[in-house]
Amino acid sequence: MGILSRKVTCNTHGQDSSYFLGWEEYEKNPYDEVNNPNGIIQMGLAENQLSFDLIESWLAKNQEAANFEREGQSIFRELALFQDYHGLPSFKNAMSGFMSENRGNRVSFDPKKLVLTAGATSANETLMFCLADPGDAFLLPTPYYPGFDRDLKWRTGVEIVPIQCTSANGFRITKSALEEAYKQAQKLNLKVKGVLITNPSNPLGTTITRTELNRVLDFVSRKNIHLVSDEIYSGTVFTSPGFISVMEVLKENKLENTDVSKRVHIVYSLSKDLGLPGFRVGVIYSNDDIVVAAATKMSSFGLISSQTQYLLSALLSDKSFTKNYLKENQTRLKNRHNKLVSGLEASGIDCLKSNAGLFCWVDMRHLLNSNTFEAEIELWKKIVYEVKLNISPGSSCHCNEPGWFRVCFANMSEETLEVALNRLKMFVYGPSSTTRSQSEHQRLKTLRKMKVSNWVFRLSFQDREPEER
Amino acid sequence: MKQLSTKVTSNGHGQDSSYFLGWEEYEKNPYDEIKNPNGMIQMGLAENQLCFDLIESWLAKNPDAASLKRNGQSIFKELALFQDYHGMPEFKKAMAEFMEEIRGNRVTFNPKKIVLAAGSTSANETLMFCLAEPGDAFLLPTPYYPGFDRDLKWRTGAEIVPIHCSSSNGFQITESALQQAYQQAHKLGLKVKGVLVTNPSNPLGTALTRRELNLLVDFITSKNIHLISDEIYSGTMFGFEQFISVMDVLKDKKLENTDVSKRVHVVYSLSKDLGLPGFRVGAIYSNDDMIVSAATKMSSFGLVSSQTQYLLSALLSDKKFTSQYLEENQKRLKSRQKRLVSGLESAGITCLRSNAGLFCWVDMRHLLDTNTFEAELDLWKKIVYNVKLNISPGSSCHCTEPGWFRVCFANMSEDTLDLALKRLKTFVESTDCGRMISRSSHERLKSLRKKTVSNWVFRVSWSDRVPDER
Repeated sequence: MGILSRKVTCNTHGQDSSYFLGWEEYEKNPYDEVNNPNGIIQMGLAENQLSFDLIESWLAKNQEAANFEREGQSIFRELALFQDYHGLPSFKNAMSGFMSENRGNRVSFDPKKLVLTAGATSANETLMFCLADPGDAFLLPTPYYPGFDRDLKWRTGVEIVPIQCTSANGFRITKSALEEAYKQAQKLNLKVKGVLITNPSNPLGTTITRTELNRVLDFVSRKNIHLVSDEIYSGTVFTSPGFISVMEVLKENKLENTDVSKRVHIVYSLSKDLGLPGFRVGVIYSNDDIVVAAATKMSSFGLISSQTQYLLSALLSDKSFTKNYLKENQTRLKNRHNKLVSGLEASGIDCLKSNAGLFCWVDMRHLLNSNTFEAEIELWKKIVYEVKLNISPGSSCHCNEPGWFRVCFANMSEETLEVALNRLKMFVYGPSSTTRSQSEHQRLKTLRKMKVSNWVFRLSFQDREPEER
Repeated sequence: MKQLSTKVTSNGHGQDSSYFLGWEEYEKNPYDEIKNPNGMIQMGLAENQLCFDLIESWLAKNPDAASLKRNGQSIFKELALFQDYHGMPEFKKAMAEFMEEIRGNRVTFNPKKIVLAAGSTSANETLMFCLAEPGDAFLLPTPYYPGFDRDLKWRTGAEIVPIHCSSSNGFQITESALQQAYQQAHKLGLKVKGVLVTNPSNPLGTALTRRELNLLVDFITSKNIHLISDEIYSGTMFGFEQFISVMDVLKDKKLENTDVSKRVHVVYSLSKDLGLPGFRVGAIYSNDDMIVSAATKMSSFGLVSSQTQYLLSALLSDKKFTSQYLEENQKRLKSRQKRLVSGLESAGITCLRSNAGLFCWVDMRHLLDTNTFEAELDLWKKIVYNVKLNISPGSSCHCTEPGWFRVCFANMSEDTLDLALKRLKTFVESTDCGRMISRSSHERLKSLRKKTVSNWVFRVSWSDRVPDER
């Protein structure tokens, strides 16, 4: 008899994927400016390390929040005992307000429809338990966050069917791709329960357009299925076009309080915007009272520490802090993003034009030996082991075109980013080819000005002599 | 098409049980010494509120731990980024040592075999996901914690088959009860994957005896199944006996590093011993590396906040604090339990003799109109709505005998406890049988207790009495 469950003995935790293997390599030989300058630089971790000073300075001025005090009185007892799965009211109020602020106050969130969970990881899994039975499917646009394979499928028994997006149109979600995915699910005998999008997208770093959102809403409306919008990166939008939440689109289409609106659910977290993944703060927002009620009970399996709820309710209730933080965070992300993009350009490497996130979706197709995933993995291994940069290969994100990589820019110092970019340049051009790189840089700038689509750009490259790639 | 999952539309969350309904009634009308002296007194919440002063005074002397500093330097950034599901090494080490200390340092816990979880609620569910398929069953001795119906079954699809225990022997687990439960599972077409015990027991407030533990280890050996020992109350043992963990028994039987030891898993939490349910700190301890590995990955769904891991690693690493805390906590629990027991006695009510936990298992069978669960619920409603005490009826704990109630004693002030006891006494004396019983029974009980007869002998004496005196 099987002593352990199949969940344990099978591989659906997804952790054999390269996404996690690169992480392991980094752990063995991590870069350190002083102690290990030849180590691997971590560019595979979507962390936001750019604005800690803002939070630390707030903490220094507001010591009560961490010390279990409110207006000079100790509330340790109250917090130690607080395990109500409805969550700390002041924290839910603060979160609702913060989420609203992130959307320019164009939509409002009712704290009563918010469910707190230990991170977005827990939120996403909980939503799957609420919306789908084992064997049901959710459609996800590719490329997508590798963690979803574990978070959405492992213990829930739910399946993911990809909505194939390609570089032909900047990886936008098309109507035909949606229909194709739906048909594919039916072919596989899977009941489709909904669509899950990440907006802004991980790994693309782009906000979903209003057109796409309308398209997706229209689709879930016709098929009578759910839409989960993971908006975990909503506070990382650093340039135009701005962030449009699915909640705004519902409002614009006058769909609030309709059946469709009850099938739209948002996931949020403080792990990316505030850079606090260690504190395990996630939320589900739903207009469906039954979902809110069920998810609230399920949150028992992953409640947020009351100690953390209290600290963050104080932080997020401080509107002068949040206003300044959001603005400054965006400025820093923009600068860092630009630095990465131009550094890559100087190596003849292009990215998908992006306006959000903590990473760029980098086009290294021209560096592949062949247009295959084997070649992508080979290139990836070279980059990890020789160039000593841990970046994430597109195949780990289920991208259907080889040659794309996700490269993070907000989880290291500026100096480290420069070191990484230099190493990459050396890899692409060799140590003695500065002239080539300069002309490449010009070429790219001209092309960018012409605003040609990615595929035209790629054709130009194929015209070049092989050894110049 | 069905919009929501069956998990949502069915009632598997178990929250329609009276256990939770009493809680709701309390929320509507909570007692407050000043603002609402006629309100409902909460005696259904197994919280430990007796030793916060000890923790608060430690916090005052060690301000770095809460303010995210180490040796005066801010480690905010380090903590903010720490989301490694292997857990903070210092914290796991401190937890391992604390667990050892509670067991008198007779057994050791390897920090590498600890998996952190957001409370034992999360730990228990995760273990189910690791050990059982949907439709598999775990055997649990009754009465058991009502929350298990949700924690072990709801999202996992696992089933619970009860191991019936009765007052005839103080609710101890017997070999025949184990076998009967196993057969019952088979009759229901369920594959038994293991046994889960809570030791010390909730709601009984008793620690498992060595005999019972040996029985359990033998049973799971012969059936080739798992044993989960939820030892969440291990630090609340206040009797003169020592707490015996299943780990002690494995060691004593020289079963360490055997196949059987790989099928024994311990669950722990800081919610009861330290009174910190809000901080969500639970742990799984397993000798099976595959379980540790899988549970570690699953803990992604309920990690402990790094802010909290850091605070508690500092607290628990302070051995002076932990040894003083454990000793003082036990003293206060013991004296509080005594207060409840004697208060109940003066109302003619006895409890199962207990040596641990934050509650007593109270025998109100003599107050029932009939020996039925309907009568138990009637009595419960009277106690909730008329006496305004929220206590937990035995049926919500799957007890097979009507008339038993779990009454908590560590979640209120001494004055509030005294008030609750007064109300109860008044209620009992106001009922016909109560008036007759309470005066004479108090004396009777005192002399019976001196003879330290077992509960079942005591019960036989009661049934000799004329019916209208019950």
